[in-house]
Amino acid sequence: MRSLDDKAREAKGKKAAIGPDIDLDAYSLESPAHGELKDLQVLPAADREKMALAGLDISEGERAGTYIQKDAFPIHSGSHQDGLEIIPIKKALAEMDWIQEYYWKLASVDADKYTARARLDLQNGYVIRALPGKKITLPAQACLYLEKEGFNQNVHNIIIAEEDSELHIISGCASASHVTRGLHVGITEYYVKKNATLSFSMIHHWAEDVVVRPRSVGIVEKGGLFLSNYISMKPVKSVQSYPTIYLVGKGAVARSYSLLVGSPGSELDVGGRIYLKAKDTRAEIISRAITNGGNIISRGDIVGEVPGVRGHLECHGLILNGGVMHAIPELKGMVDGVELSHEAAVGKIAQEEILYLMSRGMTEEKAAATIVRGFLSVDIPGLPAPLQAEIDRAVDLSQKEMM
Amino acid sequence: MLLIEDLQVKLGNKKILRNVDLEILPGETHILFGPNGSGKTSLLMTIMGYPQYKVTGGKIMFKGEDITYMTIDERARLGIGMSYQRPPSIQGLKTRRMIEACSHDHIDVDALAGKVNFTDFLDRDINVGFSGGEIKRSELLQLMAQDADLVLFDEPESGVDLENISLIGNTINALLERRPDDEPCKAAKQCETVNVPTPFKTVKKIVESRSKMGLIITHTGFILDYVTADKGLVLYNGVVAGKGHPLEIFKQIRKVGYRECARCAA
Repeated sequence: MRSLDDKAREAKGKKAAIGPDIDLDAYSLESPAHGELKDLQVLPAADREKMALAGLDISEGERAGTYIQKDAFPIHSGSHQDGLEIIPIKKALAEMDWIQEYYWKLASVDADKYTARARLDLQNGYVIRALPGKKITLPAQACLYLEKEGFNQNVHNIIIAEEDSELHIISGCASASHVTRGLHVGITEYYVKKNATLSFSMIHHWAEDVVVRPRSVGIVEKGGLFLSNYISMKPVKSVQSYPTIYLVGKGAVARSYSLLVGSPGSELDVGGRIYLKAKDTRAEIISRAITNGGNIISRGDIVGEVPGVRGHLECHGLILNGGVMHAIPELKGMVDGVELSHEAAVGKIAQEEILYLMSRGMTEEKAAATIVRGFLSVDIPGLPAPLQAEIDRAVDLSQKEMM
Repeated sequence: MLLIEDLQVKLGNKKILRNVDLEILPGETHILFGPNGSGKTSLLMTIMGYPQYKVTGGKIMFKGEDITYMTIDERARLGIGMSYQRPPSIQGLKTRRMIEACSHDHIDVDALAGKVNFTDFLDRDINVGFSGGEIKRSELLQLMAQDADLVLFDEPESGVDLENISLIGNTINALLERRPDDEPCKAAKQCETVNVPTPFKTVKKIVESRSKMGLIITHTGFILDYVTADKGLVLYNGVVAGKGHPLEIFKQIRKVGYRECARCAA
């Protein structure tokens, strides 16, 4: 049998099914060394500021644990809470046998050249695990940071919510202010076990010429709940992301929310697919996208494979100032008794709404900003208040820049 | 003071208001009658400044300024407010934020909302899924926060159940600095709502103490049981067909219908 490395080598030149093709050789794999920091307060102010914009709390006051990786090196990794483990993946691969049950078990190394690259040129990444029965109510945080100009960062993350556990993660990706160009490839495998809850909120805060290729796959067992949130509102050259989630146990639920802003020159091809493979499973994919001159493709696909499952998809897009908005909602029912629905809308701000707000004394600009802010406000059921606050803050900040 | 002189208005290619003259003095409230399609809402929207209502002649003066071509927000900041019949819903905009945005000062939104039994709605998106009565209360709450000097009400009683109509009526009175006991009760129902005794004032003093102006569209006339008004006018086919005492006009309309009334009042 061919090894995973062999398979990866064969896929080194394999273009992705969707998204613009990227020349991997145009980026450097040489990372400067970054030493470990015990105390995050010694991080340079500029880094702290950038990380804060991606949702990181450097004081760690409101966080259960932290993982930070700069370029290829983890600079801080640790948990403050009993029942929560945060380990750099290379350390886990070297020291822990159990990681082999999860590593490359959901994602395929030969899906495309990016998965192949992450397999063959793995730098690091994180393993975050909530032990059985442990309710980790404060969010754990992770940050993948690009500091070297033109660097290709390859990470692999594994997230495990063991049976009856609860785990919330905020994952902020950002680049240093002097970085304009880079490539981030990230494999993430999510395991939500029986009756566990996992929320994963990813906030991207990259730079104008950064290319991002996340490759994520998740599995949710009986009675499990997986909330996946993705926020990308800063200029970025190209993001192509299409996570797949399998609901394999009775009553498993997955909800995915995306908030996207496409700036001029940005190309966002973002969406996801959820398979409903067991009785009473439910899925929801909701996206709100605004283009300000960028190119956005908002995808969603729900596949109902057994009777008695339900799924709903919502793609709403606003074109504010040029750009292209392409909503591609897909539903596939494979048996009798599935209930799947979608609504998609691409449009502009309703003039009637602007005039209504103006008649309360707001200027036209303020009225438009207020409506856009509302458009991007989604109350995410089941998301802890600090995470919702972090998402709201990210939306507020980027909106100020956008309007 | 609001002064409208010889106003001509087009909506698209259609003339919808012709030769309209109207004067509302500080402290006065006027009632606007008229059948469907007579131009009542168009007149309010034109005063508020909705750009699709094109003024092709005449002028609108407010507080001594010519506002004929001012934008909506400029008029709002000058002190004109409007209560809509069917305002748009805005996803994601919390009612609380909307109320705050209406006010020039920092206001206690919860206390204000309590006055119209609306505290439970503050964390809901504005107008999303609101019933007819809830929309009215939300509109009045926004106007309370805005504290406008001239308030335009488009059928404030439509879609409101009997339980809430006195609340709506009393709130409109409060907005227009009117108390139900300022003037003799004109209907039995109105007397029941009088619960705050006021020291005796002469009619002159009561009128002088008011500065807020109101223009209220009513279709059914129910609101007249609660809100006292100074003058009434009838719009018919885009023209002011008659002016007079609001209750007298309403009586006539009930008796002979709009068509006849427009003739007799003229």
